[in-house]
Amino acid sequence: MTATSQEATPAGAHAPQPVLQAVNIVKTYGNVVALDGVDLELYPGEVLAVIGDNGAGKSTLIKCLSGAESPSTGQILLDGHPVHFRTPLDARNHGIETVYQTLAVAPSLDIAGNLYLGREERRSGPLGSILRMLDGGGMRKHAKSQMTSLGIGTLQDMGQAVESLSGGQRQAVAVARAAAFSSKVIILDEPTAALGVKESAQVLKLIQSIRERGLPVILISHNMPQVFEVADRIHIQRLGRRAAVVSPKTISMSDAVAVMTGALKVVPGQEVEVDEQGTHAVDPSAQQH
Amino acid sequence: MSSTTAAPESNSGYDAAEEFLETRTPAQRVQTLLHNYPWLSPAIVLVISVIVFSLLNSRFATPNNLSLITQQVAVVGALAVGQTLIILTAGIDLSCGAIMVFSSMVMAKTAFDSGVPGPLAILLGLGVGALAGAANGLLVTKVRLPPFIVTLGTLNIFVALTLLYATGRTIRDAELATGLAWLGETFTIADVRITTGVVVMLIMYAVFAFVLKYTAWGRHVYAVGDDAEAARLAGIRVQRVLMSVYVTAGVLYALTGWILIGRVNAASPNSGIDANLDSITAVVIGGTSLFGGRGTIVGSLIGALIVGVFRNGLTLAGLDVYYQTLAVGILIIVAVSVDQWIRRARA
Repeated sequence: MTATSQEATPAGAHAPQPVLQAVNIVKTYGNVVALDGVDLELYPGEVLAVIGDNGAGKSTLIKCLSGAESPSTGQILLDGHPVHFRTPLDARNHGIETVYQTLAVAPSLDIAGNLYLGREERRSGPLGSILRMLDGGGMRKHAKSQMTSLGIGTLQDMGQAVESLSGGQRQAVAVARAAAFSSKVIILDEPTAALGVKESAQVLKLIQSIRERGLPVILISHNMPQVFEVADRIHIQRLGRRAAVVSPKTISMSDAVAVMTGALKVVPGQEVEVDEQGTHAVDPSAQQH
Repeated sequence: MSSTTAAPESNSGYDAAEEFLETRTPAQRVQTLLHNYPWLSPAIVLVISVIVFSLLNSRFATPNNLSLITQQVAVVGALAVGQTLIILTAGIDLSCGAIMVFSSMVMAKTAFDSGVPGPLAILLGLGVGALAGAANGLLVTKVRLPPFIVTLGTLNIFVALTLLYATGRTIRDAELATGLAWLGETFTIADVRITTGVVVMLIMYAVFAFVLKYTAWGRHVYAVGDDAEAARLAGIRVQRVLMSVYVTAGVLYALTGWILIGRVNAASPNSGIDANLDSITAVVIGGTSLFGGRGTIVGSLIGALIVGVFRNGLTLAGLDVYYQTLAVGILIIVAVSVDQWIRRARA
């Protein structure tokens, strides 16, 4: 059918400028090389999945992009401009929001309180400026419209404590928080790892509604069916490097896993043939392992 | 944009709403209610105990006796304000009483020895309280020791510093500089004599009830106690919040030291010995969870009042002081059990 090269480009014919770009990122911890010159491009409006075996460097790569770690060398470009994140707050101030697998919400605060946690809005007038009083009603109202616009209609009461929610609903709150405040990029780090099947489906639906809003998403996941369901392109990380970028439309799940584990090698510039059935017929010279 | 994202639910294959339609048993409803209003169960206990003690002894509900209870509660109640802040962050402060006494000695002795004017001596005492709180805060946030260990150590340090500084001497009555005993003065409302110290305590509660409920700092205190890692990921500077809580608590303990001087009309290195644990008792009975993140400041006031009412009522009933201690012990166990029961409902 079609051929996919190492540089799978986004849907458009001309590759636009990436929103977020990592160039030759190296991250070492003492003698351990976690990232060995990784490139990553995230284009406007796409869902880019990052997959890779344990120890392939996906977490470290994501930590560099979200500001939790600083790369040893290499550059991160946001809209083409170099940026340096020292803390997650730096990245967030640049419009990059991250959702973690650990359900990072404060259980006893309510939904609106969690949505605005760390960036509460004060009342206007002297109540806000002198008494520093928060605008609880306004935050609840905005939280509600945010949830509705993401299609999370089941959460009606923004004054409900988050601990009374299911795991999927808590993660929905965390994703909604990211979507509400992100202006550039949303990074989802294994958002469904702690969730059941039904709850995962809820979160995947959320990812799709974020894409419909035009915000690009980086999704880190172990779950191949989920990746193939929502991703536009798949960045395969292997041994601290980017092994390939593939399109889920033109590569089978087993081939993606083969690239991930090193069973199938993609040589830069060389094309991987994928036939009609989706089974691969690869140039023998490319199969080295 | 919102019109396009209002996705039809029909083809999604599951009904997300069904999780909300689950029926709740009456016990679960009670759990939810107590969970949403942590001060509710102690408030019920307080009302019932007041009614029971009034029926048992006609002298209980007299203006004089009620006045006495408020005065007996003032010191522990005021101390419990700072203690509540720290327990809400999942910490605990065993040194609160020691900081209070140390600050009160500084207030009285700087005025007595060096002739520092009363108001300035009080400010000095508040400053010492802030420094003591900062010492606890630095050990918790920078050295990363558990608050229990930190305050167990500083408890002994502050007690020793107080004794060394006071050289065993009590400064009483006429020796106190002007203003120091002001919080012991009384005025009368509807036949009930109220001390200014009680009023200051109530103001402390009012201020921090507001701050915890309506300011960003208050929410961050809850969030840090709830799940410090989640709070950090949400962009809250956890160590800074903890530090501010310990310093604020130190100032509040010193303010309580001023109330203490008024209450006993003296500054003694040996006063308020039981106050450390009594403040924790008040907070716990008041429905604040020792695991952090849940509770209210008003609950601690109710908790302090419950202990005061029990001690007073049992004394009037002619029971030995040991029974009072026994009753308080049982109250603590019951309060923590209720807290655990409420928490289990959520897991």
